[in-house]
Amino acid sequence: MRETKGFKIYRGVMLAVLGLFVLIPLYVMITSSLKPLADVQGAFTWWPSNLTVEPFVEMWKTVPLARYFVNSTIVSVAATVFSVAIAILAAFAVSRFRFRGRTVFTTTVLSTQMFPGVLFLLPLFLIFVNINNSVGVQLVGTRLGLIITYLTFSLPFSIWMLAGYFDSIPRELDEAALVDGCGPMGALGRVVLPAARPGVIAVAIYSFMTAWGEVLFASVMTTEANRTLSVGLRQYSTQTNVYWNQIMAAALVVSIPVVIGFLLAQRHFVAGVTAGAVK
Amino acid sequence: MSVATTDAPADAAKPARSRRAGPERRPGLSRWLPYLLLAPAVLLELLIHIIPMLVGIWMSFVKLTKFYIANWSAAPWAGLGNYKVAVDFDNAVGEGLLKSFGVTIAFSLITVALSWTLGMAAAVALQPPFRGRSWVRTLFLVPYALPAYAGILTWNFMLQRDTGIVNHILVDNLGLASDRPFWLLGGNALVSLITVAVWKLWTFAFLTLMAGLQSIPRDVYEAAAVDGAGNLRQWRNITLPSLRPVNLVLVLVLFLWTFSDFNTPYVLFGTAQPPAGDLITFHIYNASFLTWNFGSGAAMSVLLLIFLMIVTGIYLFVTGRRSRRA
Amino acid sequence: MRLRSLVAAAAVTALGISLAACGGSDSGDSSGGSSGGDQTLTYWASNQGTSLDNDKEVLTPVLQKFTQETGIKVNLEVIGWNDLQTRIQTAITSGQAPDVVNIGNTWAASLQATDAFLPFDGEAMDAIGGKDKFVPTALATGGKEGTDPTSVPLYGLAYGMYYNKAMFAAAGLQPPKTWEEMVAAAKKLTNPAKNQYGMALAAGSYTENVHFAFINAAQNGADWFDKDGKPTFTGDGQVQGVLRYLDLMQKDKVANPSNAQYDNGTKSVNDFATKKVAMIINQNNANSSIAANGMKSSEYGVVPFPAPADAANQTASHVAGINLSIFKNTKNKDAALKFVKFMTDPGTQATLGKPFASLPVLKDAKPVFTDNAEEAATFQDIYNTKSKPLPLVPAEDQYESTVGKAMNAMFAKIATGGTVTADEVKAALKTAEDQVAASS
Repeated sequence: MRETKGFKIYRGVMLAVLGLFVLIPLYVMITSSLKPLADVQGAFTWWPSNLTVEPFVEMWKTVPLARYFVNSTIVSVAATVFSVAIAILAAFAVSRFRFRGRTVFTTTVLSTQMFPGVLFLLPLFLIFVNINNSVGVQLVGTRLGLIITYLTFSLPFSIWMLAGYFDSIPRELDEAALVDGCGPMGALGRVVLPAARPGVIAVAIYSFMTAWGEVLFASVMTTEANRTLSVGLRQYSTQTNVYWNQIMAAALVVSIPVVIGFLLAQRHFVAGVTAGAVK
Repeated sequence: MSVATTDAPADAAKPARSRRAGPERRPGLSRWLPYLLLAPAVLLELLIHIIPMLVGIWMSFVKLTKFYIANWSAAPWAGLGNYKVAVDFDNAVGEGLLKSFGVTIAFSLITVALSWTLGMAAAVALQPPFRGRSWVRTLFLVPYALPAYAGILTWNFMLQRDTGIVNHILVDNLGLASDRPFWLLGGNALVSLITVAVWKLWTFAFLTLMAGLQSIPRDVYEAAAVDGAGNLRQWRNITLPSLRPVNLVLVLVLFLWTFSDFNTPYVLFGTAQPPAGDLITFHIYNASFLTWNFGSGAAMSVLLLIFLMIVTGIYLFVTGRRSRRA
Repeated sequence: MRLRSLVAAAAVTALGISLAACGGSDSGDSSGGSSGGDQTLTYWASNQGTSLDNDKEVLTPVLQKFTQETGIKVNLEVIGWNDLQTRIQTAITSGQAPDVVNIGNTWAASLQATDAFLPFDGEAMDAIGGKDKFVPTALATGGKEGTDPTSVPLYGLAYGMYYNKAMFAAAGLQPPKTWEEMVAAAKKLTNPAKNQYGMALAAGSYTENVHFAFINAAQNGADWFDKDGKPTFTGDGQVQGVLRYLDLMQKDKVANPSNAQYDNGTKSVNDFATKKVAMIINQNNANSSIAANGMKSSEYGVVPFPAPADAANQTASHVAGINLSIFKNTKNKDAALKFVKFMTDPGTQATLGKPFASLPVLKDAKPVFTDNAEEAATFQDIYNTKSKPLPLVPAEDQYESTVGKAMNAMFAKIATGGTVTADEVKAALKTAEDQVAASS
């Protein structure tokens, strides 16, 4: 597209409008996290009456945020690692082999994306309880239960995205690896995976974000022992006060790792999403 | 990165690959290897998605109220009873579901339309390189990267009547209204809900469309410019058609996400959700957990699932046919 | 390369499907009854203090004392009100439950209907010290009338009308004895131009709203359920009771329309404690919030929530509070009974009464939640003589959510400039009644 004068005006307006739309909530989040409690309880002000970092100190005491942070981190990292690994294997099968049941598999897996969470929330809880009673593996109220749940949530989209990505890698490359004496798994490890690195990173980010942000299942499946941030943040409205400044401070702190991670890897994410989506 | 040109997501699932590469050359292993590779995924899908789903469908046929939830096996068979109540629109329960369904339709259509429009507008604005482009792009991606609940909580704070920034700007700074409007109750609740949802979603549309734009070769535009086509015409004649495969998937994904959005109403309204913000998944959640009628809640969920499947099916059928004709 | 080896390692593990091997089993402590001779009880406590951690601090020494006395360990989890109901539901559904749990006493009859809780029959009741130790109205909330209760009172609460003494004195007002006096006083203390209002209402909280629907209807002599447990929401007494409360914002305009957004009692209490309003009607556990916001107990007075001059009766509160239940499937029944006995004995009640600002549920106990003797006497009088339990029927929970939410919506309409007539109240209550009828 040529950069005519009209286009430049259009671009200026779009950037200003969308920039404000995106920035204002971020601005509110940051400034409110630096306000004393009285400020956030009164009428809104653009700037704190006096700048304080107290909310960032107090927030760890009002709610055991550190523990929730650890839980969220362990759950999300583990869910991501396993989800990516399992998705790679499945996507490789879907992309490189023709076998009976392949279509059934891909359609079924994709259609699970349509299942409303409320429908299988309670049954899933029951199944976990039954597993505990029969096999003795504790899944309710543990991180393990959340890990398994969350990794499965991101699985369908991950498989689909990766299969698309693998498809875009020429099969001649596999061929070469096979000639070198590698088995199919060798071809996956030495040729396909390195070439599909952006796709893998994209899927990892997606899985991590899914696990880090999940609310519905966390509200039912977590107890004090494995509570994650998404549920923990609600506890800043206590019986005494709604600590808006601490909520904003906590929201900021829990967002930073994800946002930074995402922004650092955004190029790969874009590439990965489109390979899957456009394919 | 190479971009193939088939259309719908289901097509990713179609076999029809002619060029088969090496891995199949070892017949013994390759017969079992794909199944082995799929096994972990299949097991997890069964455990977390499929079996609970089937249990959920079973639940929709029994009278699973608070009198029976401690002892499921004693729950009497309800047949289609739960469904009948859910679709009897003269009755308070069915009427509530119908209203919630209407709100959800309006919410999804507007949210998807706005998200797509903003995403497209921004992607086009950022198409030609300029100084600071990557910074702008990074900034635009922040709402998507933010954990959903963190963003929604911030909006909840912004939309408070007396302490929020929205009314501060509208009433105190701009003087657009003398009386402070409510944003989290009454009819405005739907406006708020849409705003928050669009804030989170448009940047996903932006990201996807931007990536799609990168795959359109520059010389196509140059050729068109030589032919005297203005920017608007270039957009209509080149950009839009080239993005068609991306759009087909994008719109469907956006729709499915918004239609079954639970986080936004749940975090934005908490226990005080107004009728205008009563999205269907939240409605079903309340129908199940607040009234302890899990059978009825399950029946509503199944209806929702059927609806989504039909819509998706029609969508794929129609768009698939059209792209074949094109 | 690091990424690759990590993924490769994970892939190998995944193929082995030894999912159980990925850790996380370290936290299996919240499970239900532990087996055999190992005496550990799991106890879910509701959030009574200023934060979950505060509750834990308060309860821990008490539980330690119990362990010293009996050798039974207690595994405590404090659960916020946002989550408590869902957690109890899933516990009932799955049978994976704690041994002892706190419930809002208004849920008692609903939870009893699930048959998941241990009835305190003669024997069990004797084990916890006999029913005679409890205030009779408090024990009446334990379950449906004429049945063995499945819960016993733990912390007593009652509504009272708090007023700011200085503001009343400045306006030359006496504490109100009737509804009319209350409204007149509130009007005198209201000046919308200065953004000053006589009262604050938690008008966006469906649980608070339904309590006032109940109390106001009770003052009119109306009941929400008939003898057979069928909902009767649309009688004149109910409609007028609801309308009277709505009118505080609608007709009398003594409450800020913003209150329609107050989705929990905390916000109205804050307005009172920070002296933005002169009156609130709240349960006595407001005391800890008021103190936390810097208002001294000498600065306010409390009178019973007044009924209209021509009221059918002087009900001033429902019997509010927290009850204690034992899950039927507990493997530690005797230990659980001992624990309930311990929690409801005079010593423990006296220890917990102050930090949780609760009224004693025991007959002869004196309230310790405040150093203000007059306030203590007022609340105890309300609790013991002017309170009526919410409907003790299985559908009580649905009554709360349907009627409460209908009132939320009506307050929202008023706040945004609309009007709500008696006919509209009746129509809204009819819808609520239909919903309750449809699902019971």
